[in-house]
Amino acid sequence: MGMEGIGARVARKEDKRFITGKGRYTDDMSVPGMKHAAFVRSPHAHAVIKGIDSSEAEKMPGVIGVLAGAEMTTDGIGSLICGWMIHSKDGSPMNMGDWRPLADKKVRYVGDAVAIVVADTKAQARDAAEAVKVDYDVLPAVTSAVDALKPGAPQIHDNAPGNQIYDWEIGDLDAVDKAIASAAHVTTLDLVNNRLVPNAMEPRAALGVYDEAEDHYTCWTTSQNPHVARLVMSAFYNVAPENKLRVIAPDVGGGFGSKIYIYPEEITCLWASKKTGVPVKWVADRTESFLTDAHGRDHVTTIQMAFDADNKITALKADTIANLGAYMSLFSSVVPTYLHAILYSGQYVIPAIHCNMRTAYTNTVPVDAYRGAGRPETTYALERVVETAARELGVSPAELRRKNFIREWPYQTPVILQYDSGDYEASLDAAMKAIDYDGFPARKAEAEARGKKRGIGMSCYIEACGIAPSQAIGSLGAGVGLWESAEIRVNAVGTVEILTGSHSHGQGHETTFAQLVSDRFGVPIDSVSVVHGDTDKVQMGMGTYGSRSGPVGMSAVVKALDKVEKKAKMIAAHLLEADESDIVIENGQVKVAGTDKALGWHEVALNAYTAHNLPAEMEPGLKETAFFDPANFSFPAGCHICEVEIDPDTGKTEIVKFVASDDFGNIINPMIVEGQVHGGLAQGIGQALLEGTSYDAETGQLLTATYMDYTMPRADDLPSYTVSNTVTPSPLNPLGIKGCGEAGAIGSPPALMNAITDAIGNNNLSMPATPQKVWAAINAA
Amino acid sequence: MSKVEMTVNGRAVSGEVEDRTLLVQFLRENLNLTGTHVGCDTSQCGACVVHVDGKAVKSCTMLAAQASGSTVTTIEGLASGGELHPVQAAFKEHHGLQCGFCTPGMIMAATDMIERHGGKLDEKTVRAELEGNICRCTGYHNIVKAILAAAEEMSGAAKVAAE
Repeated sequence: MGMEGIGARVARKEDKRFITGKGRYTDDMSVPGMKHAAFVRSPHAHAVIKGIDSSEAEKMPGVIGVLAGAEMTTDGIGSLICGWMIHSKDGSPMNMGDWRPLADKKVRYVGDAVAIVVADTKAQARDAAEAVKVDYDVLPAVTSAVDALKPGAPQIHDNAPGNQIYDWEIGDLDAVDKAIASAAHVTTLDLVNNRLVPNAMEPRAALGVYDEAEDHYTCWTTSQNPHVARLVMSAFYNVAPENKLRVIAPDVGGGFGSKIYIYPEEITCLWASKKTGVPVKWVADRTESFLTDAHGRDHVTTIQMAFDADNKITALKADTIANLGAYMSLFSSVVPTYLHAILYSGQYVIPAIHCNMRTAYTNTVPVDAYRGAGRPETTYALERVVETAARELGVSPAELRRKNFIREWPYQTPVILQYDSGDYEASLDAAMKAIDYDGFPARKAEAEARGKKRGIGMSCYIEACGIAPSQAIGSLGAGVGLWESAEIRVNAVGTVEILTGSHSHGQGHETTFAQLVSDRFGVPIDSVSVVHGDTDKVQMGMGTYGSRSGPVGMSAVVKALDKVEKKAKMIAAHLLEADESDIVIENGQVKVAGTDKALGWHEVALNAYTAHNLPAEMEPGLKETAFFDPANFSFPAGCHICEVEIDPDTGKTEIVKFVASDDFGNIINPMIVEGQVHGGLAQGIGQALLEGTSYDAETGQLLTATYMDYTMPRADDLPSYTVSNTVTPSPLNPLGIKGCGEAGAIGSPPALMNAITDAIGNNNLSMPATPQKVWAAINAA
Repeated sequence: MSKVEMTVNGRAVSGEVEDRTLLVQFLRENLNLTGTHVGCDTSQCGACVVHVDGKAVKSCTMLAAQASGSTVTTIEGLASGGELHPVQAAFKEHHGLQCGFCTPGMIMAATDMIERHGGKLDEKTVRAELEGNICRCTGYHNIVKAILAAAEEMSGAAKVAAE
C-alpha cells in the first residue's frame, strides 16, 4: 500500500469545502427567475377531499399559481409505485394502493400533499398555502398495523381488503413446528421494533427547472441515487423521457435510506415548473421532514427459539406484523421480506427456520428502508432471544452463541442466503477482550456497593449488504438490477477522473475512490477527481444504500482500472519496445521490470491522446467503462458488547463502555470506516435509548414532529466508542470488501437492551428504554 | 420592511428586508452566504450557529433586524488569509464530519466554546456544551476528539503568544 493507497488512513479530500462553508446543497442552488413552493398538506390522517378552493390564495401577494391534484391527473403524471413485487403465500400479488403525488380524492396520512403553491418568496408561498381551503370529510383513522389488520378497522385502500398488503412466509413451517414440539427448551419473546424517523440533518429539497425551448427538465434534489430518480420519474411517473430529464444530486446532507425514494415533491416541482413557467424550489422544514420522510422499522414480532438437551439451536420461528404506512414506498415491500426474514439464521447453525410476515396499511407516513433496513429488525429479535435463552438455560450468553456458531464457509442457510466467509469467534473474542468481559463481575459488585445496577450485554450480528446480484433479485421480484457502473477517464496530462454511479452523502467517496487509483498507478489522490451525482455526467448508476458503494461501486471502478491498466501497459510496451508482460506500474512510473527503462504515467497518457505512435489498430485515448454485478450479497458480521450502569432511583442508563468488533473484509480507509461505525452506533443507541415515534391512535396526528418531541441523540447521551476490526476478505468482489455502513445500527440495539435487562433483572422492556420505562421495569421486577 | 446594516465577515453590508426575516435568511438569501444551514424549525439543531459580536448565536433564532449594527462572523469568514482556523483543521484531521451539513454550526459553536473556556476543555464539558448542536452522521466521537485537539492547539498557541 502506498501513502494514499488501499488501507491508508487518508484525510478526506472533500472536507475543505464543508469546513469553509462552501458545500453546495440543493437549498444553496439558485437559478435566474427562481420562485418558491409550499405544499398544502392534509391536517387529517384519513379524509375524503370534497373540494379545493384556492381563489383567495391566488390573490395573495407574490402568488404565481396554485396547482392541485386533479390537474396533475389530467396531465398524465403517474402514481407513485413500489418497485419490488412480493407475492402472498396464497400466490396473490401484493395489494399496492394508488399513491397520487398530489392527492385528488382521498388523503391517507397527516402531511399527505394536496396542492402546491408557487410564489415569489418562501414566506409568501407559505402564507398562501394556509389560505387554500380544502373541504374534507374526515374518516376514522388507524395508526398501528396490528389494529389495522383487525376486523372493522378503517379501510384505507379499496384494493387492500382488511388493510393487508401481503401475508408472506419463508422456510419450512412443518419442520419448525416439529422441532419446537420436541425441543428440550423453547424460549419465546414478544418484541416491538420501534418506529424511527431517519432525520438526515439536511431536510429534503427539490428545484425543478423546465426549459420550454428544449422541452427539457432539470431537477436538483436531495437524492442518494439520482439515476434511479430519473429512471423512475421517466418510466413510471411520466414526468419526461430520460433524455429530457437531468437529475442532479449535489452535496447531500445525509440520507440513511430516507433519500433513496422518489417523493411527491420532486415530481410536483418539475411539473409545476412547466405549468407556471418558472423554476420552482421547495425545501422542507423539519416538521415537514418528520411528517413526510419515509420512516423506518415498526415491527411487532413473536419469536421462538428451540434447543436440544445439548443447548444446540434446533429451530427458529418468527411471526411479524409490519407497518408500511399509508402508501407503499419505493422499496417498502422488500424490507420486511428479503432484507429481513432471510437473515434469521444470524451467525448460527439453525436447521429449521420459518418466518411469517404480514404487512399492513395504516394512516401514517410510508415506512421504508432506514439504516440497516430489515437487518436491524432481524438482529434485534434474534439476539434478544439468544440472550434470553442463555439466561433461561443458566449458561453464559457468550458460550451459548459460541456453541451454535457457523464455522464452515460457504454456509447455506435454510432461508435462501449462502454466507461466503467469516470468523464469528474471532470478533466475539476480540470484543470480549476489549471490554474485559471476565472482569465484569467485580465491576458489578463495585457498582452495587455504590447503589448502582450494572449490566453487560452482547449481540453477534450478521448482515447482507452490497446489494445485489441482479439476476437473483430479479427472480425475487425486484424491478431493477443492482449492478454499478464506473468510468475511468485518464486525461492527457495523466490526471484521472472517476465517474461513478455511487453517490456520496457523507461516506467520503471522493477520497476512498481516489485511493483505488492511487493504489493502482501510484499517482497522488490530489490528481484524481471523483464525479458523481449528475445524470448528464455519469452514464448510469444505481446509487448508494445497503453498503453497496464499496462492494459493488468500487468493484466497478476496479474493473475499469483493469482495462485502463491493460491499455496503458500496451502503449508503454510499444513505446519502450518491451513485452507487455514485463511492464509494471509503480509510483507514477510505467517501467520495464528489472531495467531502468521507464515512462512517466503522464507520458503514457499523453501518448494515448497524441496518438502519434500507438500500437497498430489501437484506438486513441485512455478511458474505460465497466459494470460490476456481484455474484452474491456480502456478509459483514461482528460482535458488539455494551456495559451499562443504571441509577435505580431515576432509571437513567449510562453507557459505561461500548465495544464493537466488526469484520468488514478488507478496508480501504480505516478512518472513514471507523466514522461509519461511530455513526451507526449512535443511531442504534438512539433507537434503543431515546428515539420513539408516536402517533395519536385516534386522530393519527404525529405527536413527535419536532426536535423538542423526538429525542435525537446528543453528544452527552453517547459515549466514546471502542471499535476494532477482524478481517476475512469477501471472495466475491475484487477488493475483498464487505461494507460497513449499517453495522453499527444493526448490532447495537440488542447489545444495549441485553445489557439493561441484565442490569435490572427484568427482561420485559421495550425500546426506547427511557428512564421512565427502566424505572418502571426495575420496580415491577 | 426594515433596513438592516451590519458587518459580516469584515465587510459592511446592508439590505431592505421584511420585518420577519431571520438573520439566517438574510445571510443565506441576501448575502449568498450559504455555508450557514437550516436544519430545524425549533432552534435545536445548531446548523445555523454564527458569531454575533463575538458570541455563538443560532441565526434562526434572531431577526435580521435584531442583528443590525452588529458584527457577524459566519463559517465563510472563519479562515483568515487562506489559513484554516485550528478548529476547521482539527475537524478535517480527526474526521469530525461526514455529510458536512451540521459542520459549519459545529465549528462555530466549538470555536466559541474553546474561547469561553480559555482552551481548557475535557470530554465531559465538550459533550455537555454540544447540547445545542445535532449531528446524525458521526456519533459525535470524532467531533469531540477534534474539539479537544483544537482546544489543546489553541491554548498552546495562546501560551506561546503570551510568552
